[in-house]
Amino acid sequence: MASEFLRVDNLTKSFGTNTVVKGVSFAFEKGEFISLLGPSGCGKTTILRMIAGFENPTSGSITVDGNDITHLKPNQRQLGMVFQAYALFPNLNVGDNIGFGLKIAGMPTEERRARVADMLKLIGLPGFEKRYPYEMSGGQQQRVALARAIAPRPRMLLLDEPLSALDAKIRVSLREEIRAIQLDLGITTVFVTHDQEEALSISDRIVVMNAGNIEQLGAPHEIYNKPATRFVATFVGQLNTIEAVVSDVAAKKVTIDGQTVSLHTLPDNAKAGAGISLTLRPEVLTVGARADNDISLTGTISDVTFLGSVIRLRVALGTNIVSLDTFNDQRTAPPVRGEPVTISLASKDLLVLAA
Amino acid sequence: MKGNRFWAWLVFGIGAAYFLVPLIATFEFSLRMRRGYYSFDSYASVFSDPRFQATFGYSVVIGILAIIVGILVVVPAVYFVRLRMPWLRPFVEFLTLMPLIIPAIILVYGYIRLYNSSSIIPFTGSALGTDILLTCAYVTLALPYMYRAVDTGMRTIDVQTLTEAAQIAGAKTPQIIGRIILPNILVAVLSGAFLTFAIVIGEFTIASLLNRPAFGPYLQNIGANRAYEPAALAIISFIITWGAMGMINVLGRFAPRTSARTD
Repeated sequence: MASEFLRVDNLTKSFGTNTVVKGVSFAFEKGEFISLLGPSGCGKTTILRMIAGFENPTSGSITVDGNDITHLKPNQRQLGMVFQAYALFPNLNVGDNIGFGLKIAGMPTEERRARVADMLKLIGLPGFEKRYPYEMSGGQQQRVALARAIAPRPRMLLLDEPLSALDAKIRVSLREEIRAIQLDLGITTVFVTHDQEEALSISDRIVVMNAGNIEQLGAPHEIYNKPATRFVATFVGQLNTIEAVVSDVAAKKVTIDGQTVSLHTLPDNAKAGAGISLTLRPEVLTVGARADNDISLTGTISDVTFLGSVIRLRVALGTNIVSLDTFNDQRTAPPVRGEPVTISLASKDLLVLAA
Repeated sequence: MKGNRFWAWLVFGIGAAYFLVPLIATFEFSLRMRRGYYSFDSYASVFSDPRFQATFGYSVVIGILAIIVGILVVVPAVYFVRLRMPWLRPFVEFLTLMPLIIPAIILVYGYIRLYNSSSIIPFTGSALGTDILLTCAYVTLALPYMYRAVDTGMRTIDVQTLTEAAQIAGAKTPQIIGRIILPNILVAVLSGAFLTFAIVIGEFTIASLLNRPAFGPYLQNIGANRAYEPAALAIISFIITWGAMGMINVLGRFAPRTSARTD
């Protein structure tokens, strides 16, 4: 097993009476790409800023490669950081921007030039040394910011929502580039984002945060497929929630809008007549019956949204309405609103949460 | 629409005349030194006067010193207020307005009382000490302009993020101010510098009461004793001040540009 590289222990941060990070702890291995994911105000950026040294923790500690950096100044931490607003120095050209940290460290001019050229090659902008930031597109500027962050070969790379200011198309291509460069260099990276798709697509592990606490820490597929809490289930990916009533605890039967079905499991404290919430991803639902699906429900199509390769249906089971996606088949007409429909699912795919 | 344009031009014409007529009249008068002819004799007389050269040279040196001290005081002050103590901003703004409210004569009497030759810090006891005092007085006098110029410059850049970006790259505070902040607000700083220069060159009260051989008291002295030279000096002073203002506009074109593109 690889050794622990970044360790955050019981980290707390309060601004006056407002505690924004509440005793957070996690540890990651060298070379991992970690995403801190959560809504605005969940404390993810504050954690990143404490790792960078821009905020002092109220309590707790941060260790990088066995060294306690909690009370070091940002310029003593040997970390690289990319900011949401690019933060390139407007008075310096691209070469001087990338070489800034190297110059501060006292690297000789020739060696610095060579490193800058290597960095520009790495980010796919060779020969851009003499350009100024204002002469470049947002995507190019952010790649230069990335090169500036990694040029001094920092111990760790911090990314503070680096894609948020970019157009959707550039965002996707740049995130793939960032991941490729990170894998190439093997640099431990902490990435802050509120975009679950970004986090799921490039992370080795994700820390899902809410209201200053960690809700779940795990690999993207674990976070998506086995959300630990209702918050994670609703925040990450699309989720249907079906309100049901327990009808028979022993037989694990519940009633959904008058239709009784058997479940794989029930919450430990389930009682007959009590309400429970069943959650499921849209992709586990199928229109019509399928051999490995053991639950069938009938309803009416309440809405049809054509999305090109996919058609999104909303099916009213009664008071409960669920969404499901079905592939567009050119040879068949799309479903019509108001049509009765049977949907099926496997009970093992349901996430059962106490109401 | 045409009527509107007529009134606009009329207002502009009256405003321009109010400003230009006395200037043209002064210029015309300055050319009349030789009877019956227009000549630049009064200008030649001014430029050949050793006191002109000495006082002008003195004011230029004091002006440059005031600019340097002003930059050294104001740039770090504005930087730290914006970055670390934004709550202090209204107080600092009020403080920098004081020289506009308190007349120069009050300031200089305060200085003379505090720093006279029998005080603990007897600045006025020597020529060098008085020069230092005069420089400090000019820094204070130019503070409202220098502060606002620098503050406006800092408002155009993201001071916090640029500071953090430089810090994480290993830079210390003096390196951040010297290599990142100052070059990015250089045009604003130079605007403040030229305003300071324009104030210093014509200042009379403080220099006169501190008994220093500055350009302002020389202007007053000539004005009281000569006929044509004061008009020539007034035009020369205008040209210097306008030159300083013009430089602010010219330099504005060289400000580092930022772009928040999303593509």
